[in-house]
Amino acid sequence: MQDFFNEMYLDGTTVRPHYREFANWLSRQEPHVIEQKRAEAELIFRRVGITFAVYGDNAGNERLIPFDIIPRVIDASEWAHLQAGLVQRVTALNLFLNDIYHDQNILKAGLIPAEQVLNNAQYRPAMQGINVASDIYAHIAGVDIVRAGQGEFYVLEDNLRVPSGVSYMLEDRKMMMRLFPDVFARNRIAPVEHYPDLLLDNLRSVAPQGVTDPTVVVMTPGMYNSAYFEHAFLAQQMGVPLVQGQDMFVRDNTVFMRTTRGPQRVDVIYRRVDDDYLDPLAFRAESTLGVPGLLSVYRAGRVSLANAIGTGVADDKSIYPFVPEMIEFYLGEKPILNNVPTYQCRKKEDLAYTLANLSKLVVKEVHGAGGYGMLVGPASTKAEIEAFRERIVAKPEGYIAQPTLALSACPTYVESGVAPRHIDLRPFVLSGKTVSMVPGGLTRVALQEGSLVVNSSQGGGTKDTWILE
Amino acid sequence: MLSRTADHLFWMARLTERAENTARMLDVRVQTALMPQTPSAAEREWRAVLGISELEQAFKEKYAEMSQNNVIDFMVRNTDNLSSIASCLTSARENARAVRGTLTTEVWETENSTWIELQNHLAGKQLEQNPGKFFEWVKYRSHLSRGVTLGTMLKDEAVNFLRLGTFLERADNTARILTVKLLAAKENDGTEHSAQKDFYYWAALLRSVSAFEVYRKVYRDVITPERVAELLMLQPNMPRSLLACMIGVVSNLKDIRNDHSHDTERIAGKLHAELQFARIEDILEQGLHNYLTKFLASINDLGNRISRDFLVPTEE
Repeated sequence: MQDFFNEMYLDGTTVRPHYREFANWLSRQEPHVIEQKRAEAELIFRRVGITFAVYGDNAGNERLIPFDIIPRVIDASEWAHLQAGLVQRVTALNLFLNDIYHDQNILKAGLIPAEQVLNNAQYRPAMQGINVASDIYAHIAGVDIVRAGQGEFYVLEDNLRVPSGVSYMLEDRKMMMRLFPDVFARNRIAPVEHYPDLLLDNLRSVAPQGVTDPTVVVMTPGMYNSAYFEHAFLAQQMGVPLVQGQDMFVRDNTVFMRTTRGPQRVDVIYRRVDDDYLDPLAFRAESTLGVPGLLSVYRAGRVSLANAIGTGVADDKSIYPFVPEMIEFYLGEKPILNNVPTYQCRKKEDLAYTLANLSKLVVKEVHGAGGYGMLVGPASTKAEIEAFRERIVAKPEGYIAQPTLALSACPTYVESGVAPRHIDLRPFVLSGKTVSMVPGGLTRVALQEGSLVVNSSQGGGTKDTWILE
Repeated sequence: MLSRTADHLFWMARLTERAENTARMLDVRVQTALMPQTPSAAEREWRAVLGISELEQAFKEKYAEMSQNNVIDFMVRNTDNLSSIASCLTSARENARAVRGTLTTEVWETENSTWIELQNHLAGKQLEQNPGKFFEWVKYRSHLSRGVTLGTMLKDEAVNFLRLGTFLERADNTARILTVKLLAAKENDGTEHSAQKDFYYWAALLRSVSAFEVYRKVYRDVITPERVAELLMLQPNMPRSLLACMIGVVSNLKDIRNDHSHDTERIAGKLHAELQFARIEDILEQGLHNYLTKFLASINDLGNRISRDFLVPTEE
């Protein structure tokens, strides 16, 4: 008896219809061929340098993210549901950001306590009253979705700052097609390879007013950043320069980059640098990753940033519980995708419940990310739980708690053979003049048996994600 | 193109070329070491190898004995030595990684594979057991890097900066090899002097720059030091000669010309013209060593100017 939803099997032996073709194919493969292909995949990933750096890991500065060859398959009707829900959600989040940084109607209406927003560390007063192109703040959103219970989808997190992972979505697809071309011939799998094209189109569409042929750049903290591969990859795929802060400077209320033929104006910056590091004159003074004066040019509307400054106030875990209300408030629609029930420890009764049920709950820091700073109750020792309890009591407003969801699982190659492992899904939603997405996303898999932590920094792997047409 | 990008490309090509030249130099020395030789002559030649890169002092601080294994360890493995093959190939790959979006996938994968294979080469004892095989590999990877660059990249500024790096480094390296080898030949006090020994000496020098067959084709005659110097300095069609390198530098500089680069172009053009219209007899009469020392200083100056004009601009 399984206590989680299995993506591939209806029960122990019956394969779900949308997996049938793949399962047939897999059953015909010789084990040694599969083994060989897996080794080949690792070799190619290493040669191509699809690696990521792990902070504080001296042993190997560049690590591969384990790639699993059994795809995660989603059928067309499920995808249509997900896509509608994602477009709705991200549209509402952008409306929320525009509202918060202008009239704050949602606060006036009393739907969200004002101090929750205005005292939030992620709220940027510098953005108040500033108009951004097309009123879009979160141009690129990477929304984390899980499946639990009988297979219902839940939104776990809205990543609206600098979400990463899209390069793995693309590279995983490329790898699958390279290793198993015959599989693609027998399944109608929706293509995702045009993502960089959509992204470039989206970035160009939010250029400052009056700029008809904008110069777009990707801004990276540099090659020692954990997501450097992705920054370089996206710049290359879009055919735009990959710049660092030091390559740019501000003069005459304009951002320029230093080129071999002299200064060249920059119009749109797809920045993969956090707010805090963008401009040492406005935010962290010690930052060497940013461009002095960038904020003032941005505020004057003479350069566009994607994502906008201050989007963190909408994806913060303390704001997350209010997203369903936002959807109803701004769009007058019922939310299509579920939120995970969330206990806000800042509330007395929620705190009491949380502390009484720590062994059953997942507790997260409201500003945490990357799977760090969280407690997975059922998987923790008594001592770990008690240590965490002290942290919550000391600063209740810093935490939220959620029931431990039985994440769905997908068959995965592990040392002992093929076994179910828990997965999530991160589709990428692009907002500009329109809202668009490619059919797919990044599926992350927790490779440890029973583990629910899929983050690559903590030993998670990835799978190709198929949307069947 | 971004100045920083151009800088990384320039150094990626320079360091790859430097690794190749170091491998060539060591390879030839290892081969000549197989010939009968007095211990003092052997030691002198190993010292000459270090002298080419001005590294004798740094070597002495780390190693007691001027032996083949020690010099190879220092010039191949030692990562404190920034000119060692391991250092050069690692830095070349770091530079490539910094601009992997500007390179074609094939170029990046070539640089990355070189670095990955390098770890395997250095992991075992193969280097000591059969150094020639390793040097062959380094040369081969450098050929591959150049070939995949010219064969897959758009002929735009990126290629110009890569080529500039290659030619400038090669000019420097050829001039250094000549300086040291010609000096060492002169120092030979005659005790080991014989026509036969001379032949092997000059043949080895020619082989180190892949010029042995070229020499035969161009001169169809016995090998003399004067002609060796002429071939490696003034022969425009010999890919590693100083003149050929300067032809490459001048033409690539022209393609990337900007508002500040006029003086740099002028100086490169002058250096080119001097070589083009020089006669080896005149150079020898003035003193070859003197000439090459001045040439090396000019190349160094040119590198600094390129850096200032294109790669690390200070003005805003």
